[in-house]
Amino acid sequence: MLILHCPYCGVDAEESELAPGGEAHLKRFGPGSSDEDFEAYMFARKNPKGVHFERWRHAYGCGKWFLAARCTATLEVFGTYKAQNPRPHPDIVAAVKAKRPGWEGWK
Amino acid sequence: MSLRLTKGGRLIDRSKPLGFRFNGQPMHGFAGDTLASALLGAGQAMVGRSFKYHRPRGIVASGVEEPNALLGLGTGARFEPDQRATTTELFEGATTTSQNHWPSLKFDVGAINDKLYRLFPAGFYYKTFMFPRFAWKHVFEPIVRQSAGLGEVPKDADVDRYEQAYGYCDVLVAGGGVAGLAAALEAGRKGQRVIVLEQTPHWGGRAMVDGGQIDGHDAADWVAAALAELKAMANVSLRNRTMVSGVFDHGYVIGYQRVGDAEPGSDKPRHRLWRIRAGQIVVASGAIERPISFAGNDLPGVMLAGAVRDYIMNWAVAPGQRLVVVTNNDDAYRTALAALDAGLEVAGVVDAREAASGPLIDAVKARGVRVYEGHGIAKVKGRAEVTGVELCRQAGEGTVVMELACDAVAMSGGWSPAVHLWSHCGGKLFWDEAAVMFRPDHARPPTGADGEAMARIVGAADGKLRLCEIMEEFGLGAVADEESAIEPVWLMPARAPDALRFKAFLDYQNDVKVSDVQLAAREGYESVEHTKRYTTLGMATDQGKLSNINGLAILSDALGRPIPATGTTTFRPPYTPISFGAITGEARGELFQPLRRTPIQGWHAARGAHWEPVGQWRRPYCYPRSGEAHGDAVKREILTTREKVGMLDASTLGKIVVKGPDAGRFLDMLYTNLMSTLPVGKCRYGLMCNENGFLMDDGVVVRLSEDSWLCHTTSGGADRIHGWMEDWLQCEWWDWKVYTANLTEQFAQVAVVGPKARAVLEKLGGMDVSKEALPFMTYVEGELGGFRARVFRISFSGELSYEIAVPTSEGLAFWEAVAEAGAEFGITPYGTEALHVMRAEKGFIMIGDETDGTVIPQDLGLGWAISKKKEDYLGKRAQQRSYMTDPDRWKLVGLETLDGSVLPDGVYAVDAGHNANGQRNVQGRVTSTYFSPTLGKGIAMGLVRRGPDRMGEVLDFPGDNGAIHKARIVDPCFYDKEGEKANV
Repeated sequence: MLILHCPYCGVDAEESELAPGGEAHLKRFGPGSSDEDFEAYMFARKNPKGVHFERWRHAYGCGKWFLAARCTATLEVFGTYKAQNPRPHPDIVAAVKAKRPGWEGWK
Repeated sequence: MSLRLTKGGRLIDRSKPLGFRFNGQPMHGFAGDTLASALLGAGQAMVGRSFKYHRPRGIVASGVEEPNALLGLGTGARFEPDQRATTTELFEGATTTSQNHWPSLKFDVGAINDKLYRLFPAGFYYKTFMFPRFAWKHVFEPIVRQSAGLGEVPKDADVDRYEQAYGYCDVLVAGGGVAGLAAALEAGRKGQRVIVLEQTPHWGGRAMVDGGQIDGHDAADWVAAALAELKAMANVSLRNRTMVSGVFDHGYVIGYQRVGDAEPGSDKPRHRLWRIRAGQIVVASGAIERPISFAGNDLPGVMLAGAVRDYIMNWAVAPGQRLVVVTNNDDAYRTALAALDAGLEVAGVVDAREAASGPLIDAVKARGVRVYEGHGIAKVKGRAEVTGVELCRQAGEGTVVMELACDAVAMSGGWSPAVHLWSHCGGKLFWDEAAVMFRPDHARPPTGADGEAMARIVGAADGKLRLCEIMEEFGLGAVADEESAIEPVWLMPARAPDALRFKAFLDYQNDVKVSDVQLAAREGYESVEHTKRYTTLGMATDQGKLSNINGLAILSDALGRPIPATGTTTFRPPYTPISFGAITGEARGELFQPLRRTPIQGWHAARGAHWEPVGQWRRPYCYPRSGEAHGDAVKREILTTREKVGMLDASTLGKIVVKGPDAGRFLDMLYTNLMSTLPVGKCRYGLMCNENGFLMDDGVVVRLSEDSWLCHTTSGGADRIHGWMEDWLQCEWWDWKVYTANLTEQFAQVAVVGPKARAVLEKLGGMDVSKEALPFMTYVEGELGGFRARVFRISFSGELSYEIAVPTSEGLAFWEAVAEAGAEFGITPYGTEALHVMRAEKGFIMIGDETDGTVIPQDLGLGWAISKKKEDYLGKRAQQRSYMTDPDRWKLVGLETLDGSVLPDGVYAVDAGHNANGQRNVQGRVTSTYFSPTLGKGIAMGLVRRGPDRMGEVLDFPGDNGAIHKARIVDPCFYDKEGEKANV
């Protein structure tokens, strides 16, 4: 039962208020894209043991989607940020680096 | 024999005797008793038989670790099996029964298993029931099922009430012993919000029995003062009878409170499940004593030394009148002293250590009790209860050196910290060689959301078994007797031969012996997790609280490696079994899940509607008249609608408004066809696919105004589709100016369907609903029969049809007005089954019938609803993949049996040949099948390989009992193919 801070309404939301949405920062590939790009967009997920960027919706709250940086092994949360960031927010990246010095970085 | 002492008993109230029954026999105890203390007090040593060998078993422990004393409690709708006697409070009229025997506890046929123990080694099932293969189903399984299971399953529905509650605190203290109370005081005095949960009805833990001094006061007095101070603090809440069942992510704790257990039939809930979010968790869960593995250590009368002490001092119950104490540590000497103080005889203390000294040992010796140093018990004598013990040298092979007569044995193999709650969420342990225990590693605690420790562990749970050690952490002085070092004893005697090891029990409840674990090691089991599952060690309802450490020490020894290399099995919640009732709480019966109601629900109910669940809605399936079968009602509703007029409550239909400058562009991405070009006032049927190209929802889209569209979704899909829209709007096209609102519950919707539909609406009046003013697939807003209404000319039945949306508050009134206006035209309400049949007659697909998440619109002949002009829509790229464009895909067709019968639902059409599993190859399946009253025969839709190219072909559909249904491939539209009836 995680607690994640909703960056829109400011609530520290219980997991039961949230709906998960899988890996964050995927780039959509539509018509005209190669089979490889489309396959990667649809199916290839990082699924790391460690730092992970993921989508959550405050489904039983304000209804907004937001993104979270979380360690899948320890469940440590490095921060949450709005969904309109095409890549991890610099503050979040800094927070992860501070806690996980050996982190290989996003992508 | 056990009995009630005439004096003492810290917890019992002798002025309040309570009557109860055990296997029908009346007995009595006192207020404050547990079932266990009351049974012992009544002289009942044997309380059940073991699971596998049906050996007689008695009470071993005084707390949650008790493996044997599991009883059936209550009768009828309040009967519950497997109630732990040591943690169940006695109440007046309690009815208890012992388990695992037939025909009676004293004489049990299954006890033959004990004589045949050599036939039931570890892995017995895996070894025995392998061959011949057919025998499992017909011989072994019925026998195993007959004898399997612990206790009887209740036959009646539980009549008790259960509830759940939420709690929030800065500090949650798990355990109300001296360490827990000291931690609570520390936090409470700082002003933190504190919740203290104690699983028993009593505070103070073992210190109340074992004594000592804290901060210059007797332990009991210190506890009383601490409780008084805590109770006076507004920021502290104390809850006894409440066990911490589990510790979960980010400080989430489940507590299990026994509220009305001892008052069956009262208005209290029986149990309350607490869901608590804690800033920090203090684990103060104490320690659990280990038994010692010697032959006959499971006979009734052999108990843990600490438990013997508890029964004497807490409940004034003597487990026997002449005790032998067997130990590897000093603590058990306290039991000898307690027994002597109560006037009981101590036949001797058998101490496995060659030399041990200290004040406790000296005190026992000073009272004339002989201490047999360096000795062990070779064997306990007795059949159904202890009559004596044979002593041997601990270092030897069990050569008997002497016998001691006794009627109870108090054993102590040392104490194991109860580290469960520390471990549930990832706290690690280390093996302390000197203290002979796994104890919490403070450097590797369970961590929370911030990556820091979320739990602290204190007291005996932290491996601190001496009072002074415990209180030092809180800056409090304490005085207790000095103790000399423990010595590990995993088997008694150390080199016990087979005959003894076969009767030396580790897991009492699952009948796992030392010999079983050693056999598993010989057979190659190295991992403790595998050994656990192979031997079932620690898999019973006590989850190895008693003997897991003994078992893994035996395993380590057999594998010739140190104990930490073996490690422990994983500690998982719940700490002890909790009731399903508590987990369910109020979510049962009518409250199992929320029920969504249309404003017309009451009207349907009053007409005796037969309900069909649709998502969280209940929709009328049909409206049977008195004496009418459901099938006949459906037939009548369809024929009336097709010949005259019918009305349907379509309020459950999803209604989402999409509005804004970019709304058209957005809908063009969402739907496979063009919605931006839809003229204002027009309706268009649309399909939605996911990014994998599969059809996920359909419905009619209406252009309400220049910048707003109304999207109808399936009844079950409204919330999902609204969420889907929001996902794309918030995360992908967040710069598009679009707003969505789910108005499903804001409007009631009524479909008026049939040749007389227009006449009904004209009778309501106020609006021109003629073909010219309101042609097919258009919409108009205005006043109808005095109601503010949106009228859509859409049809899901093939008939002339109007769907009218009115504000929800006016829904029932409008429905009644339609019914009244339609009366002279013979109007009938119809349900979902008539709706389904009529749409199938027309060949219209239904999401969830014709689609299953692997079907694309192209499979369903819906290519006409897919825009060729659009560069992109969700699912377009996926539909270009080679597999999606394969001409061999199964595609929608109609199916007609040759004899007019109804095809069974879901049957497959077989093809020539067999697949790799020897099954017939298949080439299609039935997706919808009904009897059509309109056509007077069975009709079906199905997906068939290259189906539309194979019109007229006859396929074989094997059904039940070898039947082959033959059906011809036909056009899926069975009724009014030209669409003349809807367009009038």
